[in-house]
Amino acid sequence: MIQTFFNIEIIAAAWPIVLSGLLNTILLSLIVVPLGLFGGLILALLASVKNPLVRWPLMAWVDFFRAFPPLVLLILLFAGLPFAGLELGGFACVAIAFFLNTGAYYGEIFRAGIDSVPAGQVEAGRSTGLSRLQAMGYIVLPQAVRNVLPDLLSNTLEVVKLTSLGSVVAVPELLYQARQAQSLTYNPTPIVVAAIIYFLMLWPLVRLLSRLENRALAGRR
Amino acid sequence: MTKPIVDARAIHKHFGALHVLKGVDLRVAERELVFVIGPSGSGKSTLLRCLNRLEEPSSGSIVVDGIDMLDPRTDINHARQRIGMVFQSFNLYPHMTALGNVTLALRKVAGKSRAEADRLGHAALERVGLADRAEHTPGQLSGGQQQRVAIARSIALEPRVMLFDEPTSALDPELVGSVLEVMRSLRESGMTMIVVSHEMGFARNAADRVVFMDDGLIVEQGPPAAIFETPTHERTRAFIGQIQRH
Ligand SMILES: Nc1ncnc2c1ncn2[C@@H]1O[C@H](COP(=O)(O)OP(=O)(O)OP(=O)(O)O)[C@@H](O)[C@H]1O
Ligand SMILES: [Mg+2]
Repeated sequence: MIQTFFNIEIIAAAWPIVLSGLLNTILLSLIVVPLGLFGGLILALLASVKNPLVRWPLMAWVDFFRAFPPLVLLILLFAGLPFAGLELGGFACVAIAFFLNTGAYYGEIFRAGIDSVPAGQVEAGRSTGLSRLQAMGYIVLPQAVRNVLPDLLSNTLEVVKLTSLGSVVAVPELLYQARQAQSLTYNPTPIVVAAIIYFLMLWPLVRLLSRLENRALAGRR
Repeated sequence: MTKPIVDARAIHKHFGALHVLKGVDLRVAERELVFVIGPSGSGKSTLLRCLNRLEEPSSGSIVVDGIDMLDPRTDINHARQRIGMVFQSFNLYPHMTALGNVTLALRKVAGKSRAEADRLGHAALERVGLADRAEHTPGQLSGGQQQRVAIARSIALEPRVMLFDEPTSALDPELVGSVLEVMRSLRESGMTMIVVSHEMGFARNAADRVVFMDDGLIVEQGPPAAIFETPTHERTRAFIGQIQRH
C-alpha cells in the first residue's frame, strides 16, 4: 500500500518535476492574484460612479464573469481564440481567464467593502476639501479593505486552488507536473505528493482566515 | 449688517418630489454666532449642507467669504477648506490617530509638509484640550473627546466659518459640557459660527441671533432673548414651549 501511494524511490525520482510544478504554481499565483485584485479594484471604483451609463455595463460584466465557469472560460480562450487568429499560450490564457473571473469576484468584494463605509466618512473628508478620489484613497479604501479582509483572503485561497485548472491547457503547474511524473513512473505517488504540497501551502492561509473571521465576529459583538 | 461673510439667498432644495428648502435667505456677519433651531425635518441639516455644497441646492445663490459656491468654475475643494463642518456623529476616520485625522487635509489639501502639518495638528489638538491624545485612535477616545478632535480637524485648516450640525446630540449628558466649552472658546477667538443644536442654554448666553426654521423656511429670527421669551409666531411659540418642557 505504502509502496503504491507513497513510494520513496518514486518521490525521489519525481521530485524535480513536482518541484518545478510547485514553482510554476507559485509564479502563476503571484501573477494571477495581483492581476485579479487590480481588476477588481478598478471594477469597484467604477461601480462607485453613479452614472447609469457606467453602472449598467459594469454590472452586466461582473454578473457575466461570475456566472461563467472558469474552466469553460479558460478552454474557450485556449481552444477558441486560435480560430479568431489569436494564438495565446496556455499561461497567457490562464492569466486572462483569471483576470476576468477572479477580477469580477474581487470586484464584488471590494464593492461590498466600499459600501460598508458610512457616507459620513466621505462627507467629513470632502468637507475639509479632499477631492472625491482623495477621500476614496485615504479614507474609504483603507477601511473597506479592512472590513472585507477575510473575504479577500478567502477568495485568494480559491484563486490559488484554481490555478490547478492550468493543467488543462498544459501549463506546467503543480498538478500538471505531478500527472506528468505519474505517467512517467506508472505510480500515483506524485499525485499524493502534489496533494500534500497543496495542503501544506494553503493550510496556513486557512488558519489565518479562521483567525480573521473569528476576530471579525468578535469585533461585531 | 456690514458685508456678510455668508450670504445665502433664495435657497431651494428638492429631494425628488420632496421640497425641503423653500427659499431660505441667510446672511451671517463676520464673528457672528447664529443658532438654528426648528422641528425635526424642517431642513436645518440640509441648509448647512448646502452652504458647503455637500448637498447641491436646486436653486438660489450662496457666497461664502466672497466665493460664489455655486459657480461651476469655483474650485469647490479649495473653497471648502474655508468652511469647517462638525457632524453629529463626529465622523472621525477610525483607521487614523487623532493627529492623523487632523493632519490629513493639511497635507493633502493645504499642501503642508508632514512636519509642518504635525506642528499645526498638535496646535489644533492643544486648542481643544487634547494635546495628550494625539496618538490615540478614535476608538480609544470618549464621545466628547472624539467630537473635539473633529473640531480640531476643522480649525486646523483655519476656516473663516464653522458649521455645526447638532454637535452634542450624540453625546452622553456629562460629556456635552466639554464640547460646548471648546465652542465657546472658538467664539471668543472670533470665529463665525452657524450652529444647529438643541442646547438652549448655550444659545441663550453665546448666540448673537437665533433662527427658527419650520417646514423649509425661516419663520422668525432675532436675539436669543426675543426668540425664547417673546416669539411672535405661533409655530415658534409652540416649538419653544415644547423644548422648554423637556
Ligand atoms: N438625501 C436625502 N434624500 C431624500 N430626502 C432627504 C435627504 N436628506 C434629507 N431629506 C429629507 O429632507 C427633510 C429635511 O431633512 P433635514 O435633515 O434637513 O432636517 P433637519 O431639520 O436637520 O431635521 P433633524 O432635526 O431631524 O436633524 C426631511 O424630510 C428628510 O427626510
Ligand atoms: Mg438634522
